[in-house]
Amino acid sequence: MAKHHIEATVNGDPVEFLCETEDTLLDVLRDTLDLTGSKEGCSSGDCGACSVMLDGRLVCSCLVLGCEVGGRKIETIEGLAKGESLHPLQRRFLEAAALQCGICTPGFLVASKALLEKNPNPSEHEVRFWLAGNLCRCTGYDKIVTAVMDTAAILRKG
Amino acid sequence: MRYEAPESLEGAVALLAGAKGEARVLAGGTDLLVQMRADMVDPELIVDIKKIPETRTVTEEKGGWRIGAAVTGAELKEHARLKKVWPGVVEAANLIGSTQVQGRATLGGNLCNGSPAADSVPALIAAGALATLAGPKGRRDLPVEDVMLGPRKLALTKGEIVVSFLLPPRPARSSDAYLRFIPRTEMDIAVVGAGVSLTLDAGGTITAARVSLGAVAARVLLVAEAAQAIIGSRLDRAAQDRLEAAARAACRPIDDKRGTIEFRTDVAAVLARRTALIALDRARAN
Repeated sequence: MAKHHIEATVNGDPVEFLCETEDTLLDVLRDTLDLTGSKEGCSSGDCGACSVMLDGRLVCSCLVLGCEVGGRKIETIEGLAKGESLHPLQRRFLEAAALQCGICTPGFLVASKALLEKNPNPSEHEVRFWLAGNLCRCTGYDKIVTAVMDTAAILRKG
Repeated sequence: MRYEAPESLEGAVALLAGAKGEARVLAGGTDLLVQMRADMVDPELIVDIKKIPETRTVTEEKGGWRIGAAVTGAELKEHARLKKVWPGVVEAANLIGSTQVQGRATLGGNLCNGSPAADSVPALIAAGALATLAGPKGRRDLPVEDVMLGPRKLALTKGEIVVSFLLPPRPARSSDAYLRFIPRTEMDIAVVGAGVSLTLDAGGTITAARVSLGAVAARVLLVAEAAQAIIGSRLDRAAQDRLEAAARAACRPIDDKRGTIEFRTDVAAVLARRTALIALDRARAN
């Protein structure tokens, strides 16, 4: 069977690619578009390392088929920083040591950005529940949660 | 493996009815893609139904609500009016998986995955929801409790898909609730789930009720005896005891790593009572 020819928008740029039916959006991002910031952890939607935004909705890119995204808008970790300027979440994660090995970090950042856009003043409880689909085996989560709450406070001050 | 995303119901039905090998409907994909990855299924054809407008909308109909089978949990959560009328249905749908899974997971998928532990199904059954199906012979409505026959077994015929769910009109002083037991705080599969929907008269007596239990039998149960146990009462302690006894008597669970028969039976009784009390509080406030 011929490959699917898909046109979509990734981080604001138009992209086109070919994929097999069984290729996930994560496969396409990493192996075809060379956007390797999204990580493959569990491949079953449990760990959140592959989190991306699909038409403004937080999803696991391992649970989306590449052929589903024709005409749709995808935002990945690569779109967070503006050139050399890190997103406030990225800066705060670094300053607060909210990462160790770093595999889960892109997923946490994408998911945290989605939270703060919906809810600029989340409680700790809300942060923990929102991020429950992102697994980290290094930090014990406290530093991540603190970094997200700190960033929310920074962004609220403007 | 073929992928098709038809824009009409007729197109989807024709594709599924004409499939030579195994065909699967793709809604949110949160079960299907995992099963494909685990080699549990290897479909020849995938029919994505999300481009069919009526699978993706929530609309008021005849005083009730129609919810498209491919509407996501996150979209239901943001629907303030639906949430006010059917808080139990929405809270059950929102218990499925993480934020990321909520961005994709659907009511149609949760039902058609055919798991007795599906969270949204007891809530839909308690609500008295009808599933609207479309197939080669046209459309028909089935009560949600009649759609699933057993684990991974559905009453759908070849080429048939679940298009939407119809929740009935709500009288004053009505509400619903869903609770489940899991061994952690979230993101787990129900060991037991309980959905209750009820209506009160002006004096606070229950005039109508539906009780549904999940994960305690091969399919999600509508427990008429549990509803009868509380209809005509104000859910006083005696009525709660009758409700617990009826819930307990309805359980035919399995022993597995998530719960023993005895544990599931006990928890079903407790959850039925607690869920009914939440629905009662909400109904009083309406």
